[in-house]
Amino acid sequence: MTEVPDIVRQMAEHMATTVPQAASLGFRLVSVSVGRGSIEAPWREDLVGDPDTQVIAGGVVISLLDHTCGLAMASAAGTEAFSTATLDLRIDYMRAAAPRAGVTAEAHCYKLTRTIGFVRAEAWDAERSDLIATAQAAFVLNRPRPTPATAA
Amino acid sequence: MTTPAQQLETFLQRVPYVRFLGMRAELAGDEMTAILPFAPHLVGNTFIQALHGGVIGAFLEATALAQLSLAQPSSRLHKTIDITIEYLRPGRALTSYARADLRKVGRRIANVHVEAWQDDRSQPFAALRGHFLLRSADGRSPQP
Repeated sequence: MTEVPDIVRQMAEHMATTVPQAASLGFRLVSVSVGRGSIEAPWREDLVGDPDTQVIAGGVVISLLDHTCGLAMASAAGTEAFSTATLDLRIDYMRAAAPRAGVTAEAHCYKLTRTIGFVRAEAWDAERSDLIATAQAAFVLNRPRPTPATAA
Repeated sequence: MTTPAQQLETFLQRVPYVRFLGMRAELAGDEMTAILPFAPHLVGNTFIQALHGGVIGAFLEATALAQLSLAQPSSRLHKTIDITIEYLRPGRALTSYARADLRKVGRRIANVHVEAWQDDRSQPFAALRGHFLLRSADGRSPQP
């Protein structure tokens, strides 16, 4: 696992916990390395999607996967990145999470071009080998405009 | 016999996460419009005050499930199999609307398209396509 610079780690911490939607869902940064990121979403009563089973909502899993994919993108682009926007996100649901279980996701940006990043992610509740969902996303990367000094 | 409006209200009130989002819905005949008022906790980008991509996806998925709960009433929620969310424009700090189109409702599987917009219906900011596993009226999964 390639270590990331402190500034990328700080950015990852900020992304995982300070962004309003992430903070309101109680996200926690699990790990970050170059092109990879992992975030955990704890179970909470007000985030239940099926009151009959007390299983966490699919919507929380969507936010978690999108956010973790964005983190992998940002850590792949490093300090070069200005901002990223999701083009599309496909999610396959293998099974429902266990009742009252939180969800962890890990994403990998496996290809980054000048403008586009391709990201895959997986989500599980208890065991990494027993997935609840997988995701595939494409992001557009808005790099900072070169200043006259750096463009030369 | 419950009316469609009651079915919809039951769906919206039963799911804690739908209340967390702050999502509502209105019925005009058999046409449902889902409504998501802007709220600060839905923001994913504070620089441009844009809705989080996950919130947009969740709103679209909930719209599909709400429309399915009207078309195929069941004591349990239908299950999402897969979804693809397309992001066309940033979701701004405005009220969002969405409508679902049930492209095919089979015995076990439904194919649903959803489109969301804000102040201009002709300028959608996101769309979803998805497959859903239907439950029977008594809440059981269909027999394979």
